Amino acid sequence: MPVLIDLRRRIRSVRSTRQLTRAMKLVAAAKVKKAQEQIFKSRPYAKKMIEVLSSLATRANPDEHPLLKIKGDQNIDLLVITADKGLCGAFNSNIIKQAVTFMEENKNKNVRLHLIGKKGYDFFRKRRYNIKSHQINIFRKITFKHAIDLSHNIIASYTEGNLDALYLLYNEYKSALQQNIIIEKLLPIERLKLPEKETAIDYIYEPEAYVIFDILLPHFIEIEIYHALLESSAAEHAARMAAMELATKNAEEMIDRLTLVMNKIRQASITKDIIEIVGAAEAL
Amino acid sequence: MNKLPDRLVLEIVTPERQVIKAVVDEVVLPGTMGYLGILPGHTPLLTTLSIGTVTYRQKGKKFYLFLSEGFAEILPDRVIVLAEVVEKPEEIDVERAKLAKERAEKRLADKGRETNVDRAMTSLKRAIARIDVGIRH
Repeated sequence: MPVLIDLRRRIRSVRSTRQLTRAMKLVAAAKVKKAQEQIFKSRPYAKKMIEVLSSLATRANPDEHPLLKIKGDQNIDLLVITADKGLCGAFNSNIIKQAVTFMEENKNKNVRLHLIGKKGYDFFRKRRYNIKSHQINIFRKITFKHAIDLSHNIIASYTEGNLDALYLLYNEYKSALQQNIIIEKLLPIERLKLPEKETAIDYIYEPEAYVIFDILLPHFIEIEIYHALLESSAAEHAARMAAMELATKNAEEMIDRLTLVMNKIRQASITKDIIEIVGAAEAL
Repeated sequence: MNKLPDRLVLEIVTPERQVIKAVVDEVVLPGTMGYLGILPGHTPLLTTLSIGTVTYRQKGKKFYLFLSEGFAEILPDRVIVLAEVVEKPEEIDVERAKLAKERAEKRLADKGRETNVDRAMTSLKRAIARIDVGIRH
């Protein structure tokens, strides 16, 4: 009976797919855990860094350092972080969708892209967007150096005046089940709303302001980008874990359904055989 | 004139963790250009920090921390320290620091052309500061 054999083959293939997705889920789960630890540890530092910087940018004289200057908003760089690999649900497509929306909203401005991750790069390259730089295959091992390289270029073009604003777009790791898309303005450094009556205070700087700013401001950009890379990596693994979990469940359902169909056919054929035998015996 | 605050909120974070967040009466920080004592109502100050000991006083009790490189934002009612490394006395392995100190001293004593004096000095400073804090435990 060819149908029966086909079904058996089909079940076997679904079963091996299930094994695959289950293994991928376990791998992703282990990676999430590692990435999550890394993030949780670095979050307070990154948060405080922003606080200090915004407080500084609010109170300090913007002429002290080129990175503190506010310029127009004609030339925008958008740093988009996607994954290198797929099989992680809507992780990449959500980010890409958001990036496209952003570009639509700023159509009349000059938006250039920095792309991290193969998925985003492939998408935007095919559609001939204005790509300024890209990096792929860095998620295997994210190091601080990646962030330094990235920020180096960006800072250079900001100081030279070719860049007015920098935005970061990435997935934030909220929990194992939830990722948030974050769009964050990194440059110019966001000012705090000063409380009423409080005017700009003059800081005392030790050593001189420009020495401190020269160390501090680039370091801030680096930390922020590094942090975003970590967040995105953890979110990617979490998304993959969820996607693979779902795939495993679907495979199980499919196996159940196919097994049911197969058993029905098997039973039907046995019944038919018996009827034939009985019929033949009666005829004798 | 505004009333000066009588307490300071001290926050210390490193890339790895938040070390402390507490209300304190006084903080002493290892600034790049020398130690700085900070009392509530300090004028706004931004400074880089080098290797040394952080001391803070809380209800008459003194606490010590080892710190290596970073910077601090000081406001009249707040001190925020962002540093590469911060260790509490109970986390410091004094024996290891002593060995590191000996090693650094030896490197400086019989230095040849290939000795990196800056690096040896830095590790010596670090070891001394660690021992300083570690023995308070």
